[in-house]
Amino acid sequence: MSKTDLLLDVRNLKMHFPVKGSFLSKTQNYIYAVDGVDFSISRGETMGLVGESGCGKSTTARAIAQLYKPTGGEVYLKGKDLIKASAGELMEARKNMQMVFQDPYASLNPRMTSGDIIAEPIRIFQKRGLVDMGKDAMNERVEQLMERVGLSRFFKNRYPHEFSGGQRQRIGIARALALQPELILCDEPVSALDVSIQSQILNLFKDLQQEFGLTYLFIAHDLAVIKYISDRVAVMYLGLIVEISGAKDLYKKPLHPYTQALLSAAPIPDPKVEAQRRRIILTGDVPSPDKQRPGCYFYDRCSKRMDHCKTQRPRLKETEDGHQVACFLYHDPE
Amino acid sequence: MTNEVILQVKDLKTYFTVDEGLVKAVDGVSFDLHKGETLGIVGESGSGKSVTNLSVINLIPTPPGKIAGGQVLFHGKDLLAMPQAEIRQIRGNKISMIFQDPMTSLNPFLKVSTQMIETIVLHQGLDKDAAKQKAIEMLKLAGIPAPEKRIDQYPHQFSGGMRQRVMIAMSLSCNPEILIADEPTSALDVTIQAQILEIMQELTKRLGTAVILITHSLGVVAGTCDTLCVMYAGRIVERGPTDVIFEDPKHPYTKGLIRSVPRLDVENSERLYSIQGQPPNVIDLPDCCPFYPRCEKAMDICKKKYPAIANFEQGRAVSCWLYSGAKDE
Ligand SMILES: Nc1ncnc2c1ncn2[C@@H]1O[C@H](COP(=O)(O)OP(=O)(O)OP(=O)(O)O)[C@@H](O)[C@H]1O
Ligand SMILES: Nc1ncnc2c1ncn2[C@@H]1O[C@H](COP(=O)(O)OP(=O)(O)OP(=O)(O)O)[C@@H](O)[C@H]1O
Ligand SMILES: [Mg+2]
Ligand SMILES: [Mg+2]
Repeated sequence: MSKTDLLLDVRNLKMHFPVKGSFLSKTQNYIYAVDGVDFSISRGETMGLVGESGCGKSTTARAIAQLYKPTGGEVYLKGKDLIKASAGELMEARKNMQMVFQDPYASLNPRMTSGDIIAEPIRIFQKRGLVDMGKDAMNERVEQLMERVGLSRFFKNRYPHEFSGGQRQRIGIARALALQPELILCDEPVSALDVSIQSQILNLFKDLQQEFGLTYLFIAHDLAVIKYISDRVAVMYLGLIVEISGAKDLYKKPLHPYTQALLSAAPIPDPKVEAQRRRIILTGDVPSPDKQRPGCYFYDRCSKRMDHCKTQRPRLKETEDGHQVACFLYHDPE
Repeated sequence: MTNEVILQVKDLKTYFTVDEGLVKAVDGVSFDLHKGETLGIVGESGSGKSVTNLSVINLIPTPPGKIAGGQVLFHGKDLLAMPQAEIRQIRGNKISMIFQDPMTSLNPFLKVSTQMIETIVLHQGLDKDAAKQKAIEMLKLAGIPAPEKRIDQYPHQFSGGMRQRVMIAMSLSCNPEILIADEPTSALDVTIQAQILEIMQELTKRLGTAVILITHSLGVVAGTCDTLCVMYAGRIVERGPTDVIFEDPKHPYTKGLIRSVPRLDVENSERLYSIQGQPPNVIDLPDCCPFYPRCEKAMDICKKKYPAIANFEQGRAVSCWLYSGAKDE
């Protein structure tokens, strides 16, 4: 993979949220939602991001989109660091980077028609003189987008509540495509959908990628969904990435004990397979990201922990071609 | 699982009257539950899974709801015809429930100990001290560390997964014959889901409890259920032993559903199958097969009449004109 193929390059990204300390205490407490994340995505690639609730997936996507001002790190989109970018440069970058959200109910304005929702990004950029499109062209574009995502153009004047969950997600996808971005950050876009609708939308994402050469960061907590959609997968735990690898490799040969546990916990829709499986049952719950730890963040729940895992933090390191893991089972502490 | 049938649901119909019309949420559902059996009910959102089970324990809000027909025989006695006082003796005792959100059934203002002891004293006639001992023992079985300390905490002091374990402990503390679990793990992470399902299976096996497990996850069903009912638009379209249904699904909806889920354990480079269209709105459904607009195998008769049930060996039943034979038109 040559450097020129890189569309997004995230380095040591940190997002710490200040929270109120206890009453009367003077110290400022933080939630270390994302605490030093590194990964990159090539043009046309789908990077899956998995992990349990609260591990920082959404925060990572939002910090990349600059919906939050990151606490630290660099986010290069086509070589330009968005964190240091001027307001004008950021606006230009936003045109090239859109988001699709989990909850199609909450992310669409209930008082706007589906046509207006899809056209909104174009209108916003038009106001700032960054897009030039006549009324007819805009209309035409909205209708094309609707048909492309599988909605009849005759539904243009309907409001979100008149659509089903799957249809609303299609509206959200059409809106994200309106400005012809290269990168789409998808935050659990199929998690709220029924099985039969989920597979329709997953296939739509795949088709659109082929047709428009899109690049995705695709967040889900369902490992099978991630496997289906992704070329490469990053596994997150407590604000950190613990493993990155090609999707097939990760499932065949998970390295990090957390990835192994996560994979073994995921149910497989086949009674014969389920009857043969041995699960690694993790004890305890995911700890809260309210403090930074000197050692490995998975230490408390790890069945293979060693003494030095408690005192030193393993960094993400390459083991084999493209497979990266942050675990002392695979490399020695510095 | 034994041959003794403890619960028989017969042609259950539950309707809701809403402004837009009549919602036939459950429309002719039948199944048997055996002692110690784990029965799964799967189906998409709105297919009538929760309403089926609320009807079983006679907890349908009336109005807007109404049980329009059928019987629910618990050891031969119809729960739907029973006076409320009598069914209250059964609910939470012989038949207990767990819901998706444990906070809907836990009182946030009362310590866990108070809630558990109250139930045990009420249903089992133990004194307070003995009830507390029993409660602690159940929490321990459900995997709550240091239960003798944690029992005096309030629900909000537990994490989501722990609360669900508290609910399991609570609902099994009266040795119920039937546990109805409505999406007990849907709000939880996979690693916690695996913990909870394992604890639930282990405990119910040990106590000989039969379970009705409602879920939309085919994976969860595959790993836990002896028998399976697949619901679509208020009806059971296919029913039978779980392994047989997965091996050889007969109804086109069941077939499509199984093929629509991406799998972790196979190299799926090819495209995922999709059932076209959307689940129907169950308001004023016509009296024909509700799946026909989405069905690849739809025939003329499917638009005219609801298919009769075709029975197969091993207790399988399928509701589809492909099998019920279009001949008796
Ligand atoms: N605005 C905020 N202020 C304070 N804490 C926050 C904020 N947003 C997120 N957090 C915390 O940061 C952590 C990571 O949250 P995030 O939403 O990124 O997780 P996630 O991986 O997307 O989880 P989920 O799967 O539940 O969506 C959580 O502990 C969360 O409570
Ligand atoms: N109190 C109510 N008033 C009116 N309609 C209701 C009521 N409760 C349920 N319904 C309707 O009955 C149908 C079946 O609902 P039910 O809750 O059983 O679905 P479900 O299969 O459990 O779905 P989910 O997977 O979303 O929980 C739905 O169309 C629902 O809107
Ligand atoms: Mg999230
Ligand atoms: Mg339900």
